[in-house]
Amino acid sequence: MSGEAVVFWIFATLTVASAAVVVLSRTLIYSAFSLLVTFFGVAGLYVLLGADFLAATQLLIYVGGILVLLLFGVMLTHKIYDLDLRSETTQLLSGLIVAAGLFVVLTAVALKAEWPSVERAPAPTTSGIGRLFLSDFLLPFEAASVLLLVALMGAAMIVRRRRDA
Amino acid sequence: MIGLQLYLVVSAALFALGVLGLLTRRNAVQVLMSIELMLNAANVNLVAFSRYAAGSLGGQVFAVFVIVVAAAEVAVGLAIVLTLYRLRRTPNLDDADILKG
Repeated sequence: MSGEAVVFWIFATLTVASAAVVVLSRTLIYSAFSLLVTFFGVAGLYVLLGADFLAATQLLIYVGGILVLLLFGVMLTHKIYDLDLRSETTQLLSGLIVAAGLFVVLTAVALKAEWPSVERAPAPTTSGIGRLFLSDFLLPFEAASVLLLVALMGAAMIVRRRRDA
Repeated sequence: MIGLQLYLVVSAALFALGVLGLLTRRNAVQVLMSIELMLNAANVNLVAFSRYAAGSLGGQVFAVFVIVVAAAEVAVGLAIVLTLYRLRRTPNLDDADILKG
């Protein structure tokens, strides 16, 4: 097994195992922290795929932003001294059947289909992505920035405590 | 040699786990986490295709957009969850039946 394969299997196992903990753990705070490991694992996969900019973005935004927000969500919707941060599970059997079926179908497609194969040596991607943002993807880029602004203002509006209420 | 297919299988596993969490957990924050897992699975697919099949950076640009949408989604989602919690004193999604006639 080559070095790349070893690293891939380490990151893949890390990602999938911690994602399983996220979903199956009965304690919310364990879920939140194993989501951290999942995000790190995905960032590692990005590095293996030669996506250096995305790996850094993944760490900055997912780990630094989204995960911290989710932890705030865990803390604010439970009393912190309440050790019983438990989460209910329903429809476990049917959920398992649907998820397993989906996994089997997706895997079968991934393994059976004839994918085109372009071998490309990994190269720094940051300048290429920046160029694409300001040329081919300019309109989606602007739309995304407006979306972010609207979403953040909307979030602030929603959680604001109304004076008359 | 690690090929495209292995990445697709890992991403399928991530996505299936996200679906499982979405269907079985009743805590709103944990449902948000499951959605993040699914978005990450989609991102792994995009980057893997961009590396092995397309030979261009378009997939990575799309992955950046997915991350932007995920950030917006989690901000608004958590705002709704917190407001709901303030109203109902529970993060359980089954108790969010205020709109039911």
